[in-house]
Amino acid sequence: MDHLDRLEAQSIYILREAYRSFPNLAMLWSIGKDSTVLLWLTRKAFFGHVPYPLVHIDTAFKIPEMIKYRDEIAVQWDLNLVVGQNKEALAKGETFVNGLDRLSCCKKLKSDALKYTLDGTWARRKWNPYKKVWEDELNGAPYTGVIVGVRADEEGSRSKERVFSARDEKSEWDASTQPPELWNQYKTDFAPGTHVRIHPLLEWTELNIWEYIERENIPIISLYFNNGNGKRYRSLGCFPCTAPVDSEARNPKEIIEELTSGKFKDIAERSGRAQDKDGGGTLEALRKEGYM
Amino acid sequence: MQRLNIVITGHVDHGKSTLIGRLLADTDSLPQGKLESVKKMCENNARPFEYAFLLDALADEQKQGITIDSARVFFQSKKREYIIIDAPGHIEFLKNMISGASRAEAALLLIDAKEGVAENSKRHGMLLSLLGIKQVAIVVNKMDLVNFSEIAFNKLKIEYSEYLATLGIKSDIFIPISAREGVNLIEHSSSTPWYKGPTVLEILDSFKSVEEKENDDFRMPLQDVYKFTRDNDDRRIYAGTVTSGELNVGDEVVFYPSLKRSKVASIESFNTPVKTSVKESEAVGFTLQTQIYVRNGDVVARADQSAPKVSNRFEANLFWLGAKPLELDKPYKIKIGSAQSTIYLEEIKRVIDGDTLDRADEPSVGRHEAACVIFRVHDLLAMELFAENQKLGRFVIVDEFDIAGGGIITEVLEQYTNRRTKSSSVGNVLVDKASSSADFEEELFALLRKHFPHQFN
Repeated sequence: MDHLDRLEAQSIYILREAYRSFPNLAMLWSIGKDSTVLLWLTRKAFFGHVPYPLVHIDTAFKIPEMIKYRDEIAVQWDLNLVVGQNKEALAKGETFVNGLDRLSCCKKLKSDALKYTLDGTWARRKWNPYKKVWEDELNGAPYTGVIVGVRADEEGSRSKERVFSARDEKSEWDASTQPPELWNQYKTDFAPGTHVRIHPLLEWTELNIWEYIERENIPIISLYFNNGNGKRYRSLGCFPCTAPVDSEARNPKEIIEELTSGKFKDIAERSGRAQDKDGGGTLEALRKEGYM
Repeated sequence: MQRLNIVITGHVDHGKSTLIGRLLADTDSLPQGKLESVKKMCENNARPFEYAFLLDALADEQKQGITIDSARVFFQSKKREYIIIDAPGHIEFLKNMISGASRAEAALLLIDAKEGVAENSKRHGMLLSLLGIKQVAIVVNKMDLVNFSEIAFNKLKIEYSEYLATLGIKSDIFIPISAREGVNLIEHSSSTPWYKGPTVLEILDSFKSVEEKENDDFRMPLQDVYKFTRDNDDRRIYAGTVTSGELNVGDEVVFYPSLKRSKVASIESFNTPVKTSVKESEAVGFTLQTQIYVRNGDVVARADQSAPKVSNRFEANLFWLGAKPLELDKPYKIKIGSAQSTIYLEEIKRVIDGDTLDRADEPSVGRHEAACVIFRVHDLLAMELFAENQKLGRFVIVDEFDIAGGGIITEVLEQYTNRRTKSSSVGNVLVDKASSSADFEEELFALLRKHFPHQFN
């Protein structure tokens, strides 16, 4: 077994553990490379099937190619896609492009939308892969387990995460009072009103993700590659707050070279994400309230 | 590149963060400019630079003044990549230390040369042994504060070795270092001409990855059975992660404790060439030649190899982290392999705490204590002695909703037969409900098989 086999096996074990433990399980799919790898690992774990819904939070400011790619893959792989959105904030124009500060915009369009989509308070828009139509779901049941593609190497606060991490009624996370996690045994029991976030990619690094994408030939969104203009995205988000980087890398192999010996060696992945830099330690503050 | 998970433990202020910071810096494993920026920051604030700040800067934990969780740090030697799990030394964070340490394949245990063996030095030594981490080096730090004295080093070595011996641990690897001055970390130092043993990096590179061990008989805790009907998929797939050995198409398998058996018809996988065999550590799935009803949590073994032990009573070494003490005759949940059941503490043989070691006649096991105990399980379980099979010889105990303790099985005892018929009704009896619904499932399955035989062929 090489290191990718080991990471793959561990993630599959975690996904299967989540699937058997949580009656109402969902996976967050941001369309980015990490959660798309997670989706691929799901197909590995369940022998080609994707047995739980994929939740995407559409801020309405996503780079348009992301939505197109999302809908194409959903059709190709027969996915149960669930889309959530903060319609009220959008209708009132409470957004960064209308003058709101970045962090408040993130909170409204991402954290709040996520929270109320997961707990079923807000309507969910669902793709029905059998009938091939979009349907609205009102008063949906809350998801009790939510699979998320965060990695420990991304950013300080993420390295404190457990693989199975409890959130209370307010979706809040308290890093200092988490129960222990031992060997391969995780927290699979939960009190009513709480939910558990499951992190199968915690041990993966950015480099591992690209090595795996290359090995498995996973169809990743083309925004990650230089398509001729000498620019590519290293991390995907909303277009007003995410900038592409200068890069010639046209495929996973060239990205791996860039990360191991080239220009991005030792440069943080989220350096193109503006919200991380507003104030100090703000991502941890956002994460406490449920941000991914 | 090969990878090894290591944990660095020790009493608070014995120098873990300094050691890690120094290892990162001296092996060129820091992000570009990090060392300079931290040095600059210290200069601007008129405080002396310390290697510990590097880790704090990385892990974003400086404001707390103590490492609160087992943050993961990566570094590289010429031989391989290391993930250092920095386990907090503070007693309040013992559960974080254990979470970190349980993922480790080897450990460095830090002791302060000046302060000597502290309560947590003992406790951590004990926990590492209970977690089954056999590759442990004791690193005696801050040798600069005792003038690199060989006598002081030997005195401490003898004292701690004697303690470890009472736990049944033999460790002859003691390294005198000064993390702050970089003594004996990467290279031997002229400060300790009397020390001829390995440096810290040499000892790390000599540790074996857990995978490198000898072959064992096939074992796989059954994690789940899948039957996805979509796209007319009629496979009934038995899935799990192989904990030891190898399984091939055509092998006869036996499920424990149910003793059901069949032959492997196919190995299933997605986006790989067709497989005819699987081995240790792989997350796999297979189909069987005949359809049998088995429960999640059964242990799969090969008919031509040894069988796991089956019982509902066992003796164990256990450590307790729960807010409430572990009490006699109260229902808890056990998780072992992929199995779950209700469990009762039958007897406390002795409580071991860091300082006094043996205390007999305790009514319960308190938080942060370890004990030698006997457990009684509601259902029969397949299990192994920890000394013979680590992954099936260790278990966790769940109190209400959280993991509250863990342990290793030291002896499998004779079954008891007078089953309890009624459990009290706290949150821990979930499993009883689960097993009665499993009985129902089994009956239903038998009926379906009788009336719809074509579905099962």
